[in-house]
Amino acid sequence: MRVNGVDEKFDLPPQVSLLDALRGTLGLTGTKKGCDQGACGACTVLVDGRRINSCLALAVQYDDRDITTVEGLADDEGPHPLQSAFVRNDGLQCGYCTSGQLCSAVGMLAEHKAGVPSAVTEHLCATDVELSEAEIRERMSGNLCRCGAYNGIVASIQEVATR
Amino acid sequence: MTQVQNPPKVDVPTRYVGRSIDRVDGVVKTTGQAEFTAEVPYPDITHAAMVHSTIARGRITAIDTAAASAVRGVIAVITHETAPPMKPPVPVNMVNMETLASGSTVNYLNTDEVFWNGQPVAVVVADTPYAAHEAAALVRVTYDELPSTLDFHAEVPNSVPQPSSMIMPVGADKGDAEAALAAAAVSVDLRFSTPMHHHNAIEPHATTASWDGDRLTVHDAAQAITWLQKHLAHKFSVPVEGIRVIAPFVGGGFGGKGMIWPGTILTVMAARVTGRPVRMVLTREAVYRTVGARTPSVQRVALGADADGHLTSLIHTSVTQTGNVGGMPEPVTSQSRYVYAADNILLKQDVVRLDQVSNTPMRAPGEAIGTYALEVAVDELAAKLGVDPIELRLRNEPKTDPLHGKKFSQRRLTEAYARGAEQFGWADRTPEPGSMRDGKWLVGMGVATAFFPQLQLGANVVVRLSVDGTVVVRSGFQEMGMGGATAQAQITADALGVPYESVRVEYGDTTMPIAPMAGGSTQTASVAASLLTACEKLKKSLLGLAKKSGSSPLTGRKLEDLTARDGGLFAGGVGETYAEILARAGRPSIDATVGSDTKLGQLAGNLRFMSKFMLDQRRWVKASSGAQFCEVRVDSETGEVRVSRWLGVFDVGTVVNAKMARSQLRGGIVMGIGMALSEETLVDPRTGRIMNPSLSEYHLPVHADIPRIDVEYLDDPDPTMPLGLRGIGEVGITGVAGAIANAVHHATGRRVRDLPITLDKLL
Ligand code: FES
Ligand code: FES
Repeated sequence: MRVNGVDEKFDLPPQVSLLDALRGTLGLTGTKKGCDQGACGACTVLVDGRRINSCLALAVQYDDRDITTVEGLADDEGPHPLQSAFVRNDGLQCGYCTSGQLCSAVGMLAEHKAGVPSAVTEHLCATDVELSEAEIRERMSGNLCRCGAYNGIVASIQEVATR
Repeated sequence: MTQVQNPPKVDVPTRYVGRSIDRVDGVVKTTGQAEFTAEVPYPDITHAAMVHSTIARGRITAIDTAAASAVRGVIAVITHETAPPMKPPVPVNMVNMETLASGSTVNYLNTDEVFWNGQPVAVVVADTPYAAHEAAALVRVTYDELPSTLDFHAEVPNSVPQPSSMIMPVGADKGDAEAALAAAAVSVDLRFSTPMHHHNAIEPHATTASWDGDRLTVHDAAQAITWLQKHLAHKFSVPVEGIRVIAPFVGGGFGGKGMIWPGTILTVMAARVTGRPVRMVLTREAVYRTVGARTPSVQRVALGADADGHLTSLIHTSVTQTGNVGGMPEPVTSQSRYVYAADNILLKQDVVRLDQVSNTPMRAPGEAIGTYALEVAVDELAAKLGVDPIELRLRNEPKTDPLHGKKFSQRRLTEAYARGAEQFGWADRTPEPGSMRDGKWLVGMGVATAFFPQLQLGANVVVRLSVDGTVVVRSGFQEMGMGGATAQAQITADALGVPYESVRVEYGDTTMPIAPMAGGSTQTASVAASLLTACEKLKKSLLGLAKKSGSSPLTGRKLEDLTARDGGLFAGGVGETYAEILARAGRPSIDATVGSDTKLGQLAGNLRFMSKFMLDQRRWVKASSGAQFCEVRVDSETGEVRVSRWLGVFDVGTVVNAKMARSQLRGGIVMGIGMALSEETLVDPRTGRIMNPSLSEYHLPVHADIPRIDVEYLDDPDPTMPLGLRGIGEVGITGVAGAIANAVHHATGRRVRDLPITLDKLL
């Protein structure tokens, strides 16, 4: 698989999750494990640009795919705008859910751009849905933050989305 | 009433203190570089997993490890039959806070006895976590069951008075509150219940342990590294100096990582047995099985008032649970000592002891659930009197501590309510329940008082100033996202008059001077007090150094006449920088220390501190408080409750960093919203087994549950506290559930006195 633009080749038993492969085998510990059950979103990564819970994914199924973790969000120009926005808007406290929130937000913005509706979208066929606070909160609800940094996270996403 | 003198005003420098500076670890946390406990690389690391008992009380009669040992990659299966002897935890002794460290009195794996459902009975070490977990599932344990006491509500009638303690008052009795209640013109007499709550930090508990002879290095997701260090020294009979505990990043704690739980001890033991570094990351379920939670409670609040709404009687009693093998009772009636000026007051706290894992403090232990019952009762009384609930609170605002007439070090609750009411648009609220409808939504507005007492503990720090102008502060406090390092750097920069960027704060390591645990909203003020002293010492030494040279422009000046600014000491335009002073003296750096490294010195420091603390306690009531305002919208068809607006106005003394302070107060409010509407740990009363040990079945608030939350503070220094600052970690959650319950009543006319307020209770 390609991880953050680098080709990685490794052998793994079939039961190893993508999350454990990233954290254990590749040492990319930026992606976090909060529950290992698909309930918290701390393990969110991007697969070909789409967000998934990597704890619920078997690594062997991602042969040949393009994975982006929090370590790969920045590019040569510097940090991803969301990363700086999180710091500015204090969208974090302990930082343990943060990698998942960031990857999830990147994936969510792409979904929104592609016209994917959410449970609070009024007209499901509308192509141009305004990314209101309610839309962001709904679309980010798979990512828990026990420190309660939700408002800073929403502000960061809004800031980046309206740029 | 005795008249107490007003304390002197404190001067708060404001170059950095008060500013919204980005948290120092923001970048490493947003790029995935922050290394948490489970992520520290060790080349030959092994992995451990626990086997949990499936009964609540009994003895192990047989334990079959054959299948587990046969799993490929398994290095050891350790049971009570094979574990090395360890010392049992020392009995709790209120004079020595460190004895509180142990989560329970059980000597894990040194006993065949089982004391709670989920207690670890074996630990497996393997070369992968997968092998460890697979093997753990194959250990077969046979028990001889003993009778157990498991059902909290069934045991309430058998509760006993909570033992009194030096640091935590358990009851109070002023006048005859029952008689006053019976004679009151208007009264309410209500029963409440709150369920068990789990901390659910998103980072599960984790430990990495590595021995080298009798020397031990432990990385642990811990809120109290010094407690852990000393506890492990005792447990494994090794010198405390040889143990290093490291925890620079902790992924949330909220009290759950304060005590020492079996996972930590068994990891250290497993590393001793196998001679390999061992890591154990608890599964979410294992956190529920082996780490204590917030106790459930039943409470009675009765209020009596005259026709004008002046309280003649306030009764607040509680029953909470502790484990038969440990746990601290919660001070549920704590806020009721101070919040209202009632003529007669009766407070009582009882406990039941169950065969369950010990309870443990969780954010605002006592006040989080105590303010819920008290503040709902006040709202009910207001409704009965036909008085606005804010007005009723203001009529009963005490001038001094209602029990003993002590003065409040600072109390500006009236202002907090006035400001909040104005900003929230309280005047638009029509008092009649159900009178504010918006289509299918029933709209309600509610308020409640937030309150959390202030403690301060002793802290040691070393400050080093180098010839290049940089400053390093070292203090073994812990950081779980409160922003401690950022705040202390701001304080240091102001105290020394150096740029904020030149200060680095190091923490979270027992090789540093001992500082208090992250808990009880004490840490920032406690460390700040010592830090300010250290900075004064440092400036004094630097001035001395300058004078020694004979050629310094500071010769003949006194420290009092100098201002610390621009990286040095100046009087008007005359002075010099610290770097110049050090360079001239040929010194690479200079240190100032507060606290002692010797046992005797520490003891003396403790005693000095305790006597000042006791004196302070006798003179002042110190507490943070606030006014919580909320608006809810209740779906008239389904009973679903949505919190739609929030404003908290807090009286918390000086705020060091406005941005982080708001975040922390908001975090408390978010947790309070969870407590009010969705959070509940379910225990099977027949087996004592937690039925929802996961984040999918224990419902934390998610993004969509949280509205915009406005947080204001009165930013007025507390004259009795260092820099005028008080703790803010816990006051945010207090009053939240009360405000929501009151708003739900306003929306629907329904009173819910049993948390959480789920829709079935409104239909
Ligand atoms: S760790 Fe994957 S969702 Fe929680
Ligand atoms: S920042 Fe701590 S869980 Fe989100």
